[in-house]
Amino acid sequence: MEHRMTTESKHVEVILAGTGGQGLILSGILLAEAAILEGKNVVQTQSYGIASRGGLSLAEVIIDTGEIVFQQVQKPDCILVLTEEATKKYETWAAKGVPILYDSTLVNARTDPNFTGYAFTQTASDMGNALSVNILALGTVTAKTGVVKMETLEEMIRKRFKGAAVEMNLKMLAVGRDLAGR
Amino acid sequence: MQGNQAIAEGAIYAGARFYAGYPITPSSEIAEECSKKLPKLGGVYIQMEDEIASIAAVIGASLAGAKSFTATSGPGFSLMQENLGLAVMGEVPCVVVDVQRAGPSTGLATRPAQSDIMQIRWGRHGDQSVIALCPASVRECFTLTVTAFNFAERYRVPVVLMPDEIVGHMRENVEVPAPGELEVVDRKRPSGSPADYKPFKADEDGVAPLAAYGGEYVFHVSSSMHGLDGYSNNDPANAAWRVRQLHEKIDRHRDEIVLTKSFDTDDMDVLLVTLGATTRSGRAAAIEARRQGVRAGVLQLQTVWPFPDREVAELGRRAKMVVVPEMNYSGQVAGEVRKAVGPDMDLRRVNRYNGTIITPQDILAVMLGAR
Amino acid sequence: MAHATGTKYLKGGILPHMWCSGCGIGTMLGALLRAFEELGYTTTDTVVVTGIGCTGKADDYMITNALHTTHGRALAYATGIKAYNPKLNVVAIMGDGDGVTIGGNHFIHACRRNIDLTAIILNNFNFGMTGGQVSGTTPPQRYTSTTAYGNPERDFDICALAESAGANYVARCTPYHGWEMKENMKEALTKKGFSVVEVVSPCPTHFGRHNEMKETPDMLHWLRDRAIAVEEYRRLPETERAERLAIGTLVSRDVPDFNTQYELVKARAQKG
Repeated sequence: MEHRMTTESKHVEVILAGTGGQGLILSGILLAEAAILEGKNVVQTQSYGIASRGGLSLAEVIIDTGEIVFQQVQKPDCILVLTEEATKKYETWAAKGVPILYDSTLVNARTDPNFTGYAFTQTASDMGNALSVNILALGTVTAKTGVVKMETLEEMIRKRFKGAAVEMNLKMLAVGRDLAGR
Repeated sequence: MQGNQAIAEGAIYAGARFYAGYPITPSSEIAEECSKKLPKLGGVYIQMEDEIASIAAVIGASLAGAKSFTATSGPGFSLMQENLGLAVMGEVPCVVVDVQRAGPSTGLATRPAQSDIMQIRWGRHGDQSVIALCPASVRECFTLTVTAFNFAERYRVPVVLMPDEIVGHMRENVEVPAPGELEVVDRKRPSGSPADYKPFKADEDGVAPLAAYGGEYVFHVSSSMHGLDGYSNNDPANAAWRVRQLHEKIDRHRDEIVLTKSFDTDDMDVLLVTLGATTRSGRAAAIEARRQGVRAGVLQLQTVWPFPDREVAELGRRAKMVVVPEMNYSGQVAGEVRKAVGPDMDLRRVNRYNGTIITPQDILAVMLGAR
Repeated sequence: MAHATGTKYLKGGILPHMWCSGCGIGTMLGALLRAFEELGYTTTDTVVVTGIGCTGKADDYMITNALHTTHGRALAYATGIKAYNPKLNVVAIMGDGDGVTIGGNHFIHACRRNIDLTAIILNNFNFGMTGGQVSGTTPPQRYTSTTAYGNPERDFDICALAESAGANYVARCTPYHGWEMKENMKEALTKKGFSVVEVVSPCPTHFGRHNEMKETPDMLHWLRDRAIAVEEYRRLPETERAERLAIGTLVSRDVPDFNTQYELVKARAQKG
């Protein structure tokens, strides 16, 4: 599909996909709310199964300076995948030039140059916070795409979390950001 | 803000202070939001033992003076139907939110559909009428919820708000209307002598004032056929008057109740008739069609019942083709559109019933493809 | 002081009522209205909620606020009224079909919720209005219009059900013991929390006819002979209890009711 459906000037589409329990819908919400803080229009949708843990789960985020007519991703600018199942679902986009960031801890290695593997889960586990892999990976996606400013995401984390969770998540975000630089 | 959250916020804005419900995907966020907000405002949140009890409690609370509502999805809505009939018969204002998911039966519990259109209109036994509104964005989740309460209060009728799962779970940036920005309607209260109060004696506008239990006006409400005073009355003339009145009070205010939005319909050859999330697929398809030289416009049905037949017919007369995308197999909207545009119109259906959204490409293929 | 008659709550010009001779519903209604009068209830502060069935027609004869609902759901409607306006006296009047057969789920949850309602359940062991079919309280092996060869199922003990599900007040009465019934109704109406009064009643037209109690007084005599004050019943050896019917106040306790508990919820919400 070569035709863009919207009248966008600056239009970005991101997919965050994995399995239920990885927290990707929360990552999508944080990303969307950060974009709103930056004065942009946002639509975030999600698809999930009946289980709170397991099954394909994904968040789609569209960010635009103008009106967003259609609310689903048509041509992603970046895809994050944290499971083999999610990777298989979006594999064909890599051949069309869409960068796909995958979790090399959980996903079999890919050779297409548009695939970049990061040990998201391993890194989060090593830090003693496997459950915050969603924030870590969000840091990487944000650093790679520049879809929102890192400072805005930090502000969102301070708003969304309380107490010790703020520092911990800020740390995960920073580690994710640094992963992107490697 | 999420669509479901906007519905809860819109209800509170409209003055809702009573929620009774039973958890069901994909509507549960509305209950969760109400359980947090209503006690703060002095209102009541109560989780009942099932959907049958939920709508019953909503109706009871409304008669005690509350603006009250519940939220559910297809299976729960089916369970509510009998008691919803009492709200019609007893002319009890209330709002039911049906966040539509894919069926039949348990179906695909987390996936969207637009297949409750006919169950909302015709799912109850007996001959009667309700109002149904369908939002296409998070902002409309808020504003149409306020409208739903306003219609319920003004016409003493249950109003169904029918977002699909996509809209219910979608998050968008919305500016919440300031207090006073949107009109909020309260039901007419009786003003004459309590001894003369008749709960079903309509004013000039076809709607009777409604008292609240516990005030100076004492009154009867009945699921059985009843007279002006609410007491049982099986006389055929009385029954005919009641059934007629329940329909007429909606029919005569039809133009105030029917809400639609048009996009690029001033010069068009193709009319897309849409509701809910498929409005956005339709609008994206129309924009693309115009880029390819096909003049397409969109009519969004914000009010689904009573069906906007005159609006569809009027725009249909200016189009050579009408396309109806909807997330069901049977073409529940298309059937109504066909009645409005007549048998000779090139009417094309775009249907998905697998729990996934209709894309702009799906619509373009039908619109631009050969018949 | 003159005896309360309860007639001030009766709708004028509507008698005679629709119930069969020998039926207990009229006696039940009389006792309830006398209880209203003795407690000083007004038509404005009282809401009577009824379901469907012979007993569900009771609101037709009353001039209090009323809501005549769907079959089995009276308690759910009453819950909405009481939860929103705790100042109202809310009374649900149901039959055994309404109250504990189709409405059984609402009944046990109303008991559990312990909402401050009074449920009057007139138990005549069958569905009277539809022609005497088997109900959830028809005793085993009894005959009804749909158990021509005897009822293969067991019956609910309404009072035991209410007690175990958490009602604050449970009493059993019969129309043979009218004064006691009125006294139990007064206790039920004034008790904070969910109250249940089971009125075990004759249905000579249907249940009696199928079970060798054809004449109007037969079922009344049957009740008279079986009924025994609960205090005496409890002194009976187990072996002698089966054929007896304990009447009077079976349960009276003071667990906090729904509205009291909800006030705590509101206070916590408004503080945080």
